[in-house]
Amino acid sequence: MKKTSIPLHRNPKLRSLAVQVSLLFLVFYALFSLYSTTVSNLEDRGIKTSIGFFDEIAPFKVGYSPFLDFKLGETTYIEVFFIGVMNTLLVAILGIIAATFLGFFIGILRTSNNWIASKFALVFVETFRNMPLLLQIMFWNFAIFLAFLPPPKKSIEMGLFYLNSRGLHTPLPVIEDNILSFIWFGIIIATIIGAFIFAKRAKNNFERTGKSVPVFYYSLIAIFGIGFLSFFALGKPLGVEIPVLGKFNFKGGGQLPLPLFSLWFALTVYTSAFIAENVRAGISSISKGQIEAARSIGLSRAQMVRMVILPQALRVVIPPTISQYLNLTKNSSLAIAVGFEEVVAVWANISLNQTGQALIIIAMTIIFYECCSLLTSFILNMYNKRVQIAGR
Amino acid sequence: MSENSTNFIKIPDREPPINSIGWLAWIRHNLFGSTTNTIITVLFFYFFYLYIPPFVDWAILNANISGSDRSVCDANKAGACWTFIKVRLDQLLFGLYFATNPEEIWRPIFVFALFGMLVVPLVIDSTPHKKWLLMILLTIYPVIFIAVVYGGVFGIPVSDTGQWGGLLLTFALAFVGIVLALPLGILLALGRRSEMPIVRALSITYIEFWRGTPLITILFMASVMLPLFFPSGVEFDKVVRAMIGITLFQSAYTAEAVRGGLQAIDKGQNEASMALGMGYWRRTMLIVLPQALKISIPSIVNTFIALFKDTSLVSIIGLLDLLKMSQNASRSLDWNGYDIEGYLFAGFVFWIFCFGMSSYSQKLEQKLDTDRRSE
Repeated sequence: MKKTSIPLHRNPKLRSLAVQVSLLFLVFYALFSLYSTTVSNLEDRGIKTSIGFFDEIAPFKVGYSPFLDFKLGETTYIEVFFIGVMNTLLVAILGIIAATFLGFFIGILRTSNNWIASKFALVFVETFRNMPLLLQIMFWNFAIFLAFLPPPKKSIEMGLFYLNSRGLHTPLPVIEDNILSFIWFGIIIATIIGAFIFAKRAKNNFERTGKSVPVFYYSLIAIFGIGFLSFFALGKPLGVEIPVLGKFNFKGGGQLPLPLFSLWFALTVYTSAFIAENVRAGISSISKGQIEAARSIGLSRAQMVRMVILPQALRVVIPPTISQYLNLTKNSSLAIAVGFEEVVAVWANISLNQTGQALIIIAMTIIFYECCSLLTSFILNMYNKRVQIAGR
Repeated sequence: MSENSTNFIKIPDREPPINSIGWLAWIRHNLFGSTTNTIITVLFFYFFYLYIPPFVDWAILNANISGSDRSVCDANKAGACWTFIKVRLDQLLFGLYFATNPEEIWRPIFVFALFGMLVVPLVIDSTPHKKWLLMILLTIYPVIFIAVVYGGVFGIPVSDTGQWGGLLLTFALAFVGIVLALPLGILLALGRRSEMPIVRALSITYIEFWRGTPLITILFMASVMLPLFFPSGVEFDKVVRAMIGITLFQSAYTAEAVRGGLQAIDKGQNEASMALGMGYWRRTMLIVLPQALKISIPSIVNTFIALFKDTSLVSIIGLLDLLKMSQNASRSLDWNGYDIEGYLFAGFVFWIFCFGMSSYSQKLEQKLDTDRRSE
């Protein structure tokens, strides 16, 4: 038998190799030429691209930096970057916590069999997710809060929280004795670990003997009880700083200036509309048969929710909700519209205009967000692997 | 036989108990079904009683719409000032250039009307030749849009893009985003599923890069760095810069939507066409893509909704889109202090479009879900 030879240009392996190599070459050439034109363009404007500006003193004021002390004339550019990053993370974490609670609440209302509650949730979701977030941030900040919140002297009191046209003022725990509070944290963490071990043992015991213990309540009582007792036994190592009305505004405690408060509020409402949709989809994804089966084997209502409904609903709810957390973090960059000093406002805008180091500054901003994005997809993949239904 | 059998006479059905039919039963079941239910209902009614009547009073009953300056509104502070929206409507919808040149205002009205004439039949189920309509919308319509709105041909005076604004600009940005991002996104989605490792890696890098970055950073990049990317002398105007940024951003999201469709196509389709001796491009263009695109239409519409809302971010880099236009209008000397009305109007316009699109995409999803997976 004669071996037929394929002409070189028709050999699929060779062709694919040629396509890929030339594509790679093209992309690298394009990137390289973009980079070199940018560097030379910057040099024409008298800007030498280097990281030397990191240690220069930033000539502008950053008003809000709760984690790093900002001193005009001392703080350097790289510190400004970290202040921005921390402010972004702060609003992201606050937003994620609030949006999760509100989103689950609205989502559960949506599936309620009370007609008026479910329709209210529907209107909430459709209103807030179909309007641009930027518009909502501006609306709350400029049209509502700035216009209608009272001045500091007439603040709205909510327990120890004070809301006025300057922002929200909250009580803040302060460490009064370093070593003792360290010990106290240690005790709490040890109790929580103990509760986990107890839960595992109780589960093993349940599977062996069928006797169940109310693990959750026992752990709760243990953690709170031991927490309180040791808190007083150690002589109150933590104090609370309460905001006090000064001459112009509240001093002390936690401060959320109005831009941060408006941003937090708008991000919470906007994101919770999406989370509520995820929750609704999760709850309605459970087939009726599951609930009927749970009833017929005699599970109590609480057991049914905990062992049948939640594990299945959360599998549907959690992945898109984690993506919403990432979206919230990215959306916090809209703070620039109301003047909250997060990373885009303080770094990609002010610092960029001051130094002209476009290449480095934009690259660092993007790398920061890419890190958040990678972290999110890493968590998502881990979760998906854990809850994957085996054997399909 | 018949003498022995008993004659059964059907007695008419008894009426169901009065408390299980009609609106009364509906109320009992849906509002006062249990104690908790009753409490929830009462709480909601109280909440509505507190907030809805004052809002209706403000927005409708006491609202001002007459007159043409702020004296009417200043005289009656208890109601909303829709006069402001009425007076500034041309600016909010068509931007400064067309609002100040009333003889040119037919141009934006014409392109909006043409768009409506093309889109309405697309949404209606029974229209024939939808494919061609869609092709016209995606290819010929943009040309007409540029010719009529930008001008410079057929004796139509040029309208500078720096003067574009309002809903017209929002629409132009979103439309360019979707039209240019669609082919780019399809290529990227194919690249991500390609068998060539380098092509796949490049596509994944591109998609994840743009998806991980907030649009506002990309717009900053487009407005600050785009001029730096090219040798000096190459100039882009602001609107084009924003359009480039938006297209690059949107193509990554479109790619993910199309990839979802590609993944849903049975492997057998590809294998069967391979067995028939079709090459890659013929297989893709004739067999795989037509099916995949149809499935991915709802997700593409969803990315388009997100883009439509996100176009409002261009106001941060200094373009006068619908949001910025209404903000500027309510901060101008003539109408200073009527912020709420401005934001509510802009929000309402955005809402109408986004809600319409999302309802359509949900309807489509149900229609395309032929094996009823969602039930």
